[in-house]
Amino acid sequence: MPASYPSYVRRSLTEPKPPPVATQGGLTFIRARLFDTPLNGALTILTGAMVALLVWPAVKFLLIDAVWEGGSRIDCLPQTIGREVGACWPFIKAKLPQLMYGFYPEAERWRVDLTYALGAVLLIPLLIPRLPYKSANAVLFFGLFPFVGFFLLVGGTFGLPQVETRNWGGLLITLVISFTGIICSLPLGIVLALGRRSSLPIIRTLSIAFIEIWRGVPLITVLFFATYMLPFFLPGSWKIDSLLRVLVGVALFAAAYMAEVVRGGLQAIPRGQFEAAMALGLGYWRMTALVILPQALRLVIPGIVNSFISLFKDTSLVLIVSIFDLLGQLRAAFADPTWATPVTLFTGFAFAGMIYFLGSFGMSRYALSMERRLNRAEAR
Amino acid sequence: MVSGPPPVPWHHDPKFRALFHQVVLVALLLWLGYQFALNARANLAAQGITSGFGFLDNTAGFGVNQSLIPYSESDTYGRVFFVGLLNTLLVAALGIALATLLGFVIGIARLSPNWLFARLAGGYVELVRNLPLLFQILFWYLAVLGTLPGPRQSISIWGAIFLNNRGLIVPAPVVKTGAGYVLAALVVGALAAVALGWRSKRRQERSGQQLPVLWSGLALIIGLPLIAAWAAGWPIGFARPELRGFNFVGGIRLIPELVALLLALSLYTAAFIAEIVRAGIAAIPRGQMEAALALGLPRSLTLRLVVVPQALRVIVPPLTNQYLNLTKNSSLAIAIGYPDLFAVFAGTTLNQTGQAIEIIGITMAVYLSMSLLTSVLMNWYNAHIAVAER
Repeated sequence: MPASYPSYVRRSLTEPKPPPVATQGGLTFIRARLFDTPLNGALTILTGAMVALLVWPAVKFLLIDAVWEGGSRIDCLPQTIGREVGACWPFIKAKLPQLMYGFYPEAERWRVDLTYALGAVLLIPLLIPRLPYKSANAVLFFGLFPFVGFFLLVGGTFGLPQVETRNWGGLLITLVISFTGIICSLPLGIVLALGRRSSLPIIRTLSIAFIEIWRGVPLITVLFFATYMLPFFLPGSWKIDSLLRVLVGVALFAAAYMAEVVRGGLQAIPRGQFEAAMALGLGYWRMTALVILPQALRLVIPGIVNSFISLFKDTSLVLIVSIFDLLGQLRAAFADPTWATPVTLFTGFAFAGMIYFLGSFGMSRYALSMERRLNRAEAR
Repeated sequence: MVSGPPPVPWHHDPKFRALFHQVVLVALLLWLGYQFALNARANLAAQGITSGFGFLDNTAGFGVNQSLIPYSESDTYGRVFFVGLLNTLLVAALGIALATLLGFVIGIARLSPNWLFARLAGGYVELVRNLPLLFQILFWYLAVLGTLPGPRQSISIWGAIFLNNRGLIVPAPVVKTGAGYVLAALVVGALAAVALGWRSKRRQERSGQQLPVLWSGLALIIGLPLIAAWAAGWPIGFARPELRGFNFVGGIRLIPELVALLLALSLYTAAFIAEIVRAGIAAIPRGQMEAALALGLPRSLTLRLVVVPQALRVIVPPLTNQYLNLTKNSSLAIAIGYPDLFAVFAGTTLNQTGQAIEIIGITMAVYLSMSLLTSVLMNWYNAHIAVAER
């Protein structure tokens, strides 16, 4: 053995390891995964204390100490009810119409509800893989529903009174922007992704420039661009609805991100697929539509859903350009002195937080289950 | 006689078609751009706005509640731009440091063998990632910081840091004469530590023997400045904030807007960084770690020499993306009134001057150049650390 043996190389065999312990089931699980070493046990106790410290006050606030009935701030003051006060749910109850519809006229709210119901009826079967008629369903949802929804919500035709978009608000705005962003960004994103991989240099350069510029700036600058700068570039006689301007901004912004997701899918398609399609005599468009895109889009479903989730969360930014979505209406509701209590803010944030969380978390879980399903198909 | 394929008619010639499509596209864009320019000129004339960057020399006339450079209301819009830019960079730098620290801790916690600990980290990531950032900024600003007590009932941490509805007050470093010696000692110590590390590496390559680099290096970097500070009579200290009347004197006050923005940005980005770190470490095949342990490397060396370098290769590109996102997201400051570039320039200045085209153009250009600079650096780094394929 050389005298200068590197210090990190063993000179003897290691001790044989004990047989692996069972980690499943009741007590064994607790022993193996929580208290296997003293250090780990201490960590478990510390973490447990932290969880208790976080969860217990939340439960106490939201349920146990909460006030469920009442008509004004008086009912949510500790002086009145003589105990500690948790969430003030009557505040949400009183503000619910604003949080859901904004200032949409009360007599016309059935139109919003009908649009939601139609959307749900068309969307739910689309999401359940077992149900048949997927393509007809998709055409109805992505092709027909937007128009029906537009006429229902805006009105002015078919005997429905017109409702100006500045009266819209709350969750309605959040959902309208998310939905429009989603259905516009996907086709636009596909076109941009194809343009970025095009063999025509000018089209490629323009696509790259478009994608990188939108991806390089924050969404809020895009919204400002659409709200304050775009009107300068259009003829002065055009009066463009402020919601429409924001919709265009959001759709272009989302399209740039979508383009990068789709490009990832396009890059993953082996060359042989392109060559085989060309050898069959398919032209560019038929090759893309029949061979490449169906495979590429399937590969990037998780990425597409992730873009949808960020879009859904990002809709909250429109409150900065004075369009009152769910968060904007919530902020307006906080300013109401008839409901000013020490717990109003926390109650409002808890309510809106639950809506946002359910929306994004639901989407991400659905994407995960779809991914597993697709992987199962691949593994066969 | 051999007859070739029939000649392709000119309008089916791929070369012609490619050229034709591109020329049509360029013509269309040029026409659109020309129309935009015409409209812009007419609209600007109708509203009486002179285009150009002359407005940058005009007096701003509004105050800014946080500035890193001297600023007063009589300064120009050009100076407002720099005040905002520096505030953006400040919140971005602090946010990146905090988010990285927290993100790495949570990402590693998610891989902990302790079931409960890993679940807690996972729960944090799910909760924070699924709530909009603006929601979180408003939550911290309105619900948490907005309901804090006044200066007299401040929440105090060890009697040195105070939190109240006017912000976070931390001790301020005080530098007296002689601080230069401490700084010099720090530089000398660091250089000596680097030299020691280099020598140790040479020696190990030659003989396999190692020097205790870590401990002697730390002793050099920390010990030398400490000795210098003692010799110079402690020229660097901290001034404790004290409550005088209704407010604190001494110490540095971080305005509540900065605290809220910083909290929200770093907690939000940390959740994304945690996922990146977890994925990066999980991407290393188990065999790598087992092989290193089988060679006899202790756990710490296995991590330092085998796991971390490989994980970093996976982690760094998306990590810089998150840094960029954090910087861009700091523009949400306008919702709570933190005077960042977007709030003071695209917000207040745009409101006062109406120069929408120039101001939004400049603002977009600033964010865009940050993005492009980062991606250039990233490409360079990727090329530098890419696995050398032989």
